[in-house]
Amino acid sequence: MQTEIFIAGFGGQGVMFAGQMFSYAAMDIGKEVTWIPSYGPEMRGGTANCTIVIADEEIGSPLVLNPPAVIVMNLPSLDKYESAVKPGGVLVVNASMIDREVKRTDITWVSLPCNEIAEEVGDRRMANVVAAGALLALMPILTLEDIEAALKAHMPKRHQHLLPKNVEALKRGAEYAKEHAIKAK
Amino acid sequence: MATTIVNPENLVYSRPKGLTDMPSHYCPGCTHGTAHRLVAEVLEEMNLLDKAIGIAPVGCSVFAYNYINTDFVQAAHGRAPAMATGIKRVLPDRVVFTYQGDGDLVSIGMAETVHAAARGENITIIFINNAIYGMTGGQMAPTTMPGMKTSSSVNGRDVETQGYPIRMAELLATLDGAGYVVRRSLHDPASIRKAKKAIRIAFETQVHGLGFSIVELLSTCNTGWGLTPVDSLSWLEEHMIPVFPVGDYKVSPEVAALKI
Amino acid sequence: MKRELWKGNEAIAEAAVRAGVEAYFGYPITPQSELLEYMSRRLPELGRAFVQAESEPAVINMVYGAACTGARVMTSSSSPGISLMQEGLSYIAGTEVPMVLVNVMRGGPGLGNIAPSQGDYSQITKGGGHGDYFPIVLAPASIQETVDLMPVAFDLAHKYRSICCILIDGSIGQMMEPVKMPDMMPVERKVYDWAVSGAIGRERHVLSSIYLDVPTEEKINLRILGRWKEVQENEIRYREYYLEDAETAIIGFGTAGRIALSAVRAARAMGIKVGLFRPISVNPFPYKRVEELSERVKSLLVVEMNAGQMLRDVQTAVRQRIPIRFYGRLGGVMPFPDEFVNELQDLLKNPGKPEDDPVDLWYRRMMAR
Repeated sequence: MQTEIFIAGFGGQGVMFAGQMFSYAAMDIGKEVTWIPSYGPEMRGGTANCTIVIADEEIGSPLVLNPPAVIVMNLPSLDKYESAVKPGGVLVVNASMIDREVKRTDITWVSLPCNEIAEEVGDRRMANVVAAGALLALMPILTLEDIEAALKAHMPKRHQHLLPKNVEALKRGAEYAKEHAIKAK
Repeated sequence: MATTIVNPENLVYSRPKGLTDMPSHYCPGCTHGTAHRLVAEVLEEMNLLDKAIGIAPVGCSVFAYNYINTDFVQAAHGRAPAMATGIKRVLPDRVVFTYQGDGDLVSIGMAETVHAAARGENITIIFINNAIYGMTGGQMAPTTMPGMKTSSSVNGRDVETQGYPIRMAELLATLDGAGYVVRRSLHDPASIRKAKKAIRIAFETQVHGLGFSIVELLSTCNTGWGLTPVDSLSWLEEHMIPVFPVGDYKVSPEVAALKI
Repeated sequence: MKRELWKGNEAIAEAAVRAGVEAYFGYPITPQSELLEYMSRRLPELGRAFVQAESEPAVINMVYGAACTGARVMTSSSSPGISLMQEGLSYIAGTEVPMVLVNVMRGGPGLGNIAPSQGDYSQITKGGGHGDYFPIVLAPASIQETVDLMPVAFDLAHKYRSICCILIDGSIGQMMEPVKMPDMMPVERKVYDWAVSGAIGRERHVLSSIYLDVPTEEKINLRILGRWKEVQENEIRYREYYLEDAETAIIGFGTAGRIALSAVRAARAMGIKVGLFRPISVNPFPYKRVEELSERVKSLLVVEMNAGQMLRDVQTAVRQRIPIRFYGRLGGVMPFPDEFVNELQDLLKNPGKPEDDPVDLWYRRMMAR
């Protein structure tokens, strides 16, 4: 068994961190995992994306042409990667930064205001965690509990006080996705 | 006719233990032999012959390892200070020195020299400045003086197209990492005695962990200059010392306080 | 032992630390800078030597100096930096002192880019610097494999008084994977009868790459070659996947090799009997094993992130026994497994002739895209 997640957005939107969160959780439940980043030339504000492969056996390619699970955090990423989602796969769209609908009908997708939900929870910087919760609600590659355990185990001590809010952000993302997702035809 | 000294108390001069008994390949009259001997004497006097590791350059003194009687390695052109850094960092309780000419140190090895000094590497550099590339046949060096004729500046160094000589001691003295930066000359016995003292202080600087030390030695290349050995000594005095004044360019307070 | 998620460059640094590296000299260059940064923190806290040098030529000569003492010493860089080190590498080879070199390859030639590439295969496996010498080159395909090879690299370098290069690309340097780190090995400074350390209680040692006497230089060259013969005899490493019943096989090293693993699985799901041969020691290259493989399968697909540099070694082993197809991506492009699957399907349909020029045919296909 192998699944791949692709996350794209601007630098500074927590794209890399969200990918690492999935990676830690997958490792901790005994899976093989790879996380590979792709940066633009800028240190901040440029495009950023990462691919996570989760598998039961030795992983070959760390990149996939058509990932089944995709999160896009900004409009350029939706424009670029909408067509790449594997038919039957899941696409999570950050509506806070993207004002258009998804055109594909052969995938399950949800458009949720990640930034605003994160703000409600307490910190705008958790938009990526909201999106991650939404993805896992629509494709249960990992459970929310797996993510929570991974955050607890691997977040630096100085950030541990943010754990409850992160768990809340995950849950809010998951709930929103369950209610508003548009299923593949 | 060989003479045997029967009474040891009559012996006033002999080969120091710091020199091997291999005859040198240097041209007759060249001051490399003098510089080698000074280094060898100082290492022997400081009891460092078995703790010292030398680094030979590329140039006339490429075979310094054949003559100076310590462990030795031989570097690529200009890279001796980098190699010395590698050795000193792994063996900090050993005494590490390079012996380099002006082409090696000032031209191709400028970056390695300046950065070793800037890092304050606890190494000692013996820098032979004879204003010319000796081994390759007397070409212009970065220390060749304006108007000086060499095989690659046959009408004399033209500063308009070939620039000016680099004064290395003055340049290195500006760096905080340098502990001891001086220039001496080898053109007469008094100067040679002063040069030896400077070499001693340079090695003491290293032994006491007081940073980068370098002794620039104004030297002759009678072959490259097209002069007799004796004439080249006076030529050095008349032409080089005005451009490269002998003196102490940096002696850190800690080095100045050393009791030797 | 517990698995931890490591970034490739940092995992390599920690593995080197645990393998007893005593000194690291480096210069920043993407995509390997995290290795230097990690060493800058880790080595001083262990009381070992770290220097960020002024240039790669300085780096390699610091390595050269430290290697002359017999210490476990290494550096890392990426393609343009490795080119700058070639002079020093030749001196190190000529002086017969051991070192470990990590090349996290990126797109070239020239300044190129910072994306993963395998364009330095020929440079390092065929020498790089001037003169006759033969670096040992290991090309792992994952972070764990790289970590496991770090102590091996130091052991081989010292055993054969040789350069041992770990040849990976930017993707392995930049990615994260779970890793089981080996235990910390103690730093032991062995006393070598060739090393310089100060002539305390012994005759002095001189290390140099100069042999002005020509017959002596020839003898030294033969001694270096003799040691290389031993390496060829004893240090072949590779991995094989799904080859038992394979009718055709993919050959690829490093990242191209692991991408090929995905392609092989996808092709097998389509019913294609294909396996994967992944050389790990690319110098010495497993010629014999590839020769044996070419006697069992009907055709080969060689995949690389370069223009067919390892292909030449495969061709040397196969000697036109069976058709070989080549597929490469250049300039920092990482291929997807799908591309290899397409090539494989096409190869089975049109295997071509053993005497065909695989690079020529591939070049035509690329230009026709």
